[in-house]
Formats: sequence, C-alpha cells, structure tokens
Amino acid sequence: MVVELYLDLLCQPCRSVYIFAKKNNIPFEFKHVELLKGEHLCEEFDKVNLLRKVPALRDGNFTLAESIAILLYLSRKFNTPDHWYPSDVQKRARVDEYLSWQHTAIRAQGCNFYRTKVLMPLLVGKPFPAERLERAVEDLKSTMKQFEEKFLQDKPFIVGSEISLADLMAIAELMQALGAGWDVFEGRPKLTEWRHRVEEAIGKELFREAHEVKRDGAKMFVDAPNETQRLTWC
Amino acid sequence: MGLELYLDLLSQPCRAVYIFAKKNNIPFTFKPVEVLKGEEGERFGKVNILRRVPALKDGAFTLAESMAILIYLSQKYKTPDHWYPSDIQRRARVDEYLSWQHVAIRANGVKLFWLKLAPEEKLQEAFEDLAVSLKQLEEKFLQDKPFIAGNRISLADLVAITELMQPVAIGYNIFENRPKLSEWRSRVEKFVGKELLQEARKVILSINDLSNMPLFKLFKTFGV
Repeated sequence: MVVELYLDLLCQPCRSVYIFAKKNNIPFEFKHVELLKGEHLCEEFDKVNLLRKVPALRDGNFTLAESIAILLYLSRKFNTPDHWYPSDVQKRARVDEYLSWQHTAIRAQGCNFYRTKVLMPLLVGKPFPAERLERAVEDLKSTMKQFEEKFLQDKPFIVGSEISLADLMAIAELMQALGAGWDVFEGRPKLTEWRHRVEEAIGKELFREAHEVKRDGAKMFVDAPNETQRLTWC
Repeated sequence: MGLELYLDLLSQPCRAVYIFAKKNNIPFTFKPVEVLKGEEGERFGKVNILRRVPALKDGAFTLAESMAILIYLSQKYKTPDHWYPSDIQRRARVDEYLSWQHVAIRANGVKLFWLKLAPEEKLQEAFEDLAVSLKQLEEKFLQDKPFIAGNRISLADLVAITELMQPVAIGYNIFENRPKLSEWRSRVEKFVGKELLQEARKVILSINDLSNMPLFKLFKTFGV
C-alpha cells in the first residue's frame, strides 16, 4: 500500500510536503482535500486527522499530522539524501532550530497576513481593515529581518551550502505572501538570491507545479461550523 | 569549556530543558538568565541573537529553541531511546506533538498566564482556547496510551507537562475534572521524580504577584 498524502496546495506546509515527496521520487497517492469547500471538516477526514488540518499522511494503519513530523517521517522512511536533514548533530540542530522558530514567526506572521489580505475578504465578503493589514505587514517584515540576520546570514542556505527542510518550509511561507499580491522579495537582494538558489535546487518545473494552485477564488466553505475553523485550516 | 545552558526557570521550555539535562545526568553549567530583570542584554545576544531563553552554548556552537536543544542533547549524549525513539513511527508521534504544541498548548497556556491581569472576557476566551487544546491533547495525542508516544515517556510528555504547569502556577487547576489528563500527569511526574520536579518548579511556584510586572517583560519571558 502506497503512502497517502492529504494535501491542498493552497496551504504552505502542504506545498513543502508535496515538493519534498516529488523531488525525492517518493511514491504517494495525492489525496486532495479542498479547504475552500470545507473538506477538512468532514467525518471522513477525521479518520485521517482529528485535528482537521492539512497536510496529513496515512501509511497503512499509521496516520500522522503536522508537516514537520510528516517531512521527517518521509525523510527517514525513504532514506532521502542527507542534506535534507543532516546526520551531523550540529547541522541537524540548525534545521531543528529553524523548524521550531518558524511556527510562531514566519509561519504565524505569514498566515496572519494571508488571512487578513485574502481569506477574510473572501469568506466574510468585506474588504480587510487597513490598520490590521498594516500591522500584519509590519510583523512579517520584522520576522523576515530576523530570518535574514539570524538564520540565513551570509550562507547560501539556512544550514550552509545545501538546501534542507528548513529552506523548503521557509520558501513556501514566503511564496504565500507573493500569492497575496505582496512581493516580499523586492528590495531584499539577499532574500531574492536565496529564493533563486532554492528554486534551482528544487527544480523550476516542480517549483512552479507546486505553486500554481488552480482554484475558484469565489468558492466559499460549505457547512463550515464556525469562523475559527474556516480560518485555521492548516 | 563544557556545555552551557542559558535558562530562566520561569519559562516553560527552560524547565523542560533543565529537567531533561538533569534527569539524564548531562553535565552542564547552568547560566541563569533572569529575563524579568532584563538580563538578556549584549552578552546574552552573543549566545542567542534572538535573545530568548533557553539557549545552549557548546564550545563555539550556539543554539536556540528548546525543541532543537532537547533533540541535540538527546543525540549528543545518547540518552535512553524512549525520550526520542529510534522507531520511526514512534519518533513521528513525538515530532507531531512537538510541532503542534507551539501554536496550541504553548500559545494558549502563555495567553492565560499573562491574561491574568486582563479583563474577564479576554481571560474567558483564553480559557476556552486552552480547553480546546486540552481536549485535542487527550483525544488526539494521548488517546488510551499511557504516554504520548506509547508506553514510555518521551520529549513530548516532558514539553507538555512543563507547559501545563504554567496555568496551574497562577491558580488555574486545569487538571481538575480531567481524569485522563490527571493520570497522565501522575505518570509523568512519577517518572521524572518529585525532587527534580520541585527543583525545576521552585521559581514558577513562588511567583505570587504578577501585577507589578511590566507587561512587556511578561511577554518576553514567556515567549509571547
């Protein structure tokens, strides 16, 4: 039985998992969970992930939530090249450090920006409040500064000379802002160069494939229990 | 120069690191950082550019983020397997919890802690959010197992217990009326040992008066 990956490429961590699996030729079945249709909220999906979020994995009887756990599991099960999650204890710690920090930093600020700029107007039918958007932008800018100064510094990738899971998670988050109409790379040459390196390491075709999310922007959730659940899908 | 751990035992992740290192007899120099006194200045900035505790210094190597520190210590000092199991599915369970808790239990516990000073409705909201997380902890992560990853304690349980003590420390007994969680708590505490727990919790349990603390310092200490 092949691994099943429950994904919606609208969601950043799903793209990281998708790219990782494809890049490493990991055989899997793509199970599309359409977030905008509320498919993550149905009973069938509860069997895969009680937390009702994507991405999720099913490997026989084993189910798993959380993109980081999924990426690590796949890297171990399929023995992917060392650079993704280095066996050297200190290099590995650098990846762990980024993966831990990003939850409440780039990811949190990135999601907040996307929610305020795109999701709220889409779901609530009203334009975003200007001050909230401004604050979301400032928070994300401040986080990106920390990203450049603490995590990237003068290295080609977060952990050194090769791409790792850390870069994969980071690029997906920053592309989300791009998808919302803000070119976060503009005026940031170091970040731009890092982005190009990451794209090249992944492969331009696969990168584009993962980021071309076809969706009808006007679709609303159906039968979604409440606002919070609609807005915290991954 | 040996391993240095920069910790403020007021902070949950610091307690998790402290307990783990002590329980596994990992030799280290305890470098106390009192965040509330603004001690995370220039000197500490060299150890952790993010100026947050916990932080580790191992020769020239510095490291931030409690998850990264715990895993680094477990690998470098080859701690017993159950802490971070080599079986990839059990290990995945630990990773899953450690990932989820950042924006669930940790975020909600922290909110409740500093909201003690805030208006009643905000506190109520924080309570409800934490209740949702606790329900998920019981139904998704614990289920009918003795510990999160199975039969043995792991890093996931350690990180969880230190977070859950934070609301308890300010008077909210979140274990009350939650028998499954209470039983799990007893199992974890029994394994860690009363003495080590008391040592780690000494600071947080003596924190009586939060009202004189400047809010921004509260936020910084507890990683908000």
